[in-house]
Amino acid sequence: MARARGQGWLKGYAIGYLVFLYAPVFLLPIFAFNDSAIIAFPLSGFTTANFQQLWATDAMHGALVNSLQVAVAAAVISTLLGICAARASARYEFPGRRAIIGFIMLPLVLPEIIVAVALLVVLVQLGFALSLWTVVLGHVLVCTPFSIAILSSAFQNMDRSLEEASQDLGEGRMMTFLRVTLPLVTPGIVASLLIGFTISLDEFIIAFFLTGTEPTLPVYIWSQLRFTAKLPGVMALGCLLLVLSLALLCAAEYFRRRSARQTGSSGGYL
Amino acid sequence: MTDDRPRGRALIELDRVEKRFDEVAALKGVSGSIMEGEFFSLLGPSGCGKTTLLRLIAGFDEPTRGAIAIDGKPMAGVPANLRPTNMVFQSYAIFPHLDVAQNVAYGLRRLRLGREETARRVEEALGMVDLAGYGKRAAHALSGGQRQRVALARALVMRPRVLLLDEPLSALDKKLREQMQVELRRLQRAVGITFILVTHDQEEALIMSDRIAVMFDGEIAQLASPETLYRRPVDRRVASFIGVMNFFDARVTGESAGLIELDVAGLGPVAIPPEQAPGGRNAAGTTVGIRPEMLTLLFSDTERAEHEVSGEVVDAVYYGDMTYYDLKLPGTERPATVSMRNTAGRPVLRPGDPARVGWGRESVILLA
Amino acid sequence: MSRADAGAMPARPSGIRRLLRGEAAQGLVLVSPTFLYALLLLAAPLTLVLLISFWTQDYLELDRTFTTANYAEAWSDPLYRLLMGRSLVISGVVTLTTVLLAYPIAYFVAFHVERNKALWIFLITIPFWTSYLLRVFLWKVILGYNGVLNSALLGLGLVDQPLTFLLYNANAVVITLAHAWAPFAILPIYVALAKIDRSLLEAAEDLGDGPLRRFWRVTLPLSMPGVIAAALIVFIPTVGDYVTPRLVGGTDGLMIANMIQVQFGKANNAPLGAALAVSAMAIVAAISLVFLWLNRRFTRGGG
Repeated sequence: MARARGQGWLKGYAIGYLVFLYAPVFLLPIFAFNDSAIIAFPLSGFTTANFQQLWATDAMHGALVNSLQVAVAAAVISTLLGICAARASARYEFPGRRAIIGFIMLPLVLPEIIVAVALLVVLVQLGFALSLWTVVLGHVLVCTPFSIAILSSAFQNMDRSLEEASQDLGEGRMMTFLRVTLPLVTPGIVASLLIGFTISLDEFIIAFFLTGTEPTLPVYIWSQLRFTAKLPGVMALGCLLLVLSLALLCAAEYFRRRSARQTGSSGGYL
Repeated sequence: MTDDRPRGRALIELDRVEKRFDEVAALKGVSGSIMEGEFFSLLGPSGCGKTTLLRLIAGFDEPTRGAIAIDGKPMAGVPANLRPTNMVFQSYAIFPHLDVAQNVAYGLRRLRLGREETARRVEEALGMVDLAGYGKRAAHALSGGQRQRVALARALVMRPRVLLLDEPLSALDKKLREQMQVELRRLQRAVGITFILVTHDQEEALIMSDRIAVMFDGEIAQLASPETLYRRPVDRRVASFIGVMNFFDARVTGESAGLIELDVAGLGPVAIPPEQAPGGRNAAGTTVGIRPEMLTLLFSDTERAEHEVSGEVVDAVYYGDMTYYDLKLPGTERPATVSMRNTAGRPVLRPGDPARVGWGRESVILLA
Repeated sequence: MSRADAGAMPARPSGIRRLLRGEAAQGLVLVSPTFLYALLLLAAPLTLVLLISFWTQDYLELDRTFTTANYAEAWSDPLYRLLMGRSLVISGVVTLTTVLLAYPIAYFVAFHVERNKALWIFLITIPFWTSYLLRVFLWKVILGYNGVLNSALLGLGLVDQPLTFLLYNANAVVITLAHAWAPFAILPIYVALAKIDRSLLEAAEDLGDGPLRRFWRVTLPLSMPGVIAAALIVFIPTVGDYVTPRLVGGTDGLMIANMIQVQFGKANNAPLGAALAVSAMAIVAAISLVFLWLNRRFTRGGG
């Protein structure tokens, strides 16, 4: 009895908490399709004009292209770096392993403004011109820890005797990696690419500090937030971004689960 | 008594092989030869170094000191993929992203046999392990016993000089395990390849092997045929690891006519030939062992034995075909275990009953 | 043995080959690209920030004579002190709120969700993956004078006038940040709770503890490492948050990160900005070390 009541109470709380978590997310499509220049209730009618207006905004297209370039580059580089570090930490025992991996994971907890400011100072001192590449440098720093987290579990969950079996059957290191290790961690790699892409696409602070004359999408959105008239368009843009992120996340989750199934474990990257 | 000298040609030679992990010595200088075509087992409790030795032979680790030669070629610096050995892993290590045929064909890629020859060899290997027609099965759709067979086929298809088996049956249930023991033995006879089996199961080793190396603490305690190991263990550790053994305190009292004279606590004086002291002998205090089936309960006054002693039943455990009795004998603290076949008309004694025990001097083993 | 005369030769290749074949060396080689990247683009920049905080800036020129003047200013100027104090207080409140709100959720998923645990975790993390900027902005829409909340309250007749204490102050910052960092608090606590051996709970019950006492004496202590981790993961980054105070904080809700940005930007005083950043990190690090020390004590107690 007491347990059932406690469970009911907890479940009610959990649902209330989810409402709190999703409140802003639910508002996004509502205002994106609302036929009004002001972002407020009451709603005045359904329209797709905001999306059509978006279609015609060249500045937004430019920012989108910039963001996509940055996101692809950041996802690829951070996944490559993640493969190295995750493989090293999962497979080898070496002096200072915990400290080195811990340091690489540091951007996970470091305030982004510190990372951004520090990079800015160095780039300015070295006389680098700010560009999309400088944004990529920063984003790789923040995405790599996520890649490592995903890939570590992929590498760790793999039975080590599989690689030994490959060697035992005549393959050298390189072919063993290509024929056994890589296929088994491919879902993890795909998940890492998708997560890195999503993080970079949404990242604002570092891009804000390190971008030159070409804004990324979040930097563009930031510049639009000041103008009330632009807000419905921003809502529509946010709505599209939300759909894109969700699609990427579902794909990442699918690959992560496939990886878990293949390596015979149920563990996630949590 | 079987002739224990290895027959044929030595295929693997171990020369004072040592392995240290950091400061822990896993192997403390192991030497010996493994013959061509024999079924050889490394038997011992966990942590005795048997798996370490197997991995050194396979080439997954290098010895810290000492040398391993296979087929006359020194193996130092030769990686696992270039050695004429193949392994059946404890976890079977079936590649989860490949189907059964692809798993078995994995190592054939480098031989460039052509598609048809590869398929033929795969099917032949699958047939050998009773899995003909299973080629298209996905790896995760296999039962434990089937995985074990795939692992075996995958290794045998390489036609190795030596097949290494790392506790291959430990993941199977009892019935399947007993069935596989017989099958593995049959398979080894059929293909004629040298098998090296690592196991902690003494019964398994006795059933399957031509010769067994019993290992404790990184050393080989005894290397002999199953029968010799059972009947002539060199020391207490080997004697108690293989089968059940009764131990009695004993004293060497002298030597005459080539026989060693002993005074055994609880049993009395006896003289044995030197071959019943396989581990050599200490001067004063020592131990003798007698297997439970070598002791007999004498149920009627007419039954006679070479030596007899009276005691009392302390405990009787009934196994159906057998009964195991623990007997208290005068002059010794430890009860002696006697196993008796439950034949028709033979009574089962109860604790407290008096009992007469008979034994012969050929059953006494002097242990180092 | 026939080869005995050859002696027990050590079977190892010598020199660099041996070194490179070693387990440790291979690991180091493999980790080095990532490590070098972090050294060049994280360690070196952070070191430079530390150096600059001891320099001075004259328009665009950096004067590299060592001085602690920036720190003197950062620690004595009332405005900086106010911003620093406020950042720490807001972060502290955010951390406390987030962890307290998160614990029951983590507990619910760990103990009361039987089959769809992964789905729940997925649901909890989804909002985190939507644009951070827009999420913060939407809180502005929810909490504003004409916002969703006020409209609803007015519509229901619960208030006569729109509430004004919701937006453009520290409250708004706390609510928004507690929302933004929720998954980061839930996950570590969930992991800690999920790791608890169920038989320990049954043992406690078997030994006579009721549900509340059992929670207090077994579940909570064993999940404490997760709680500490959650607190750290929320506390450290929120101290340095920039967007939220800027968008929903008003003037009363501005935090130290906003000032750091001003110093590196408009005010053109990188050394002072660096000193503020280093000071903030030092304080955060000190507080984190206390947390970690607590964590260690709990894990040791928990075995």
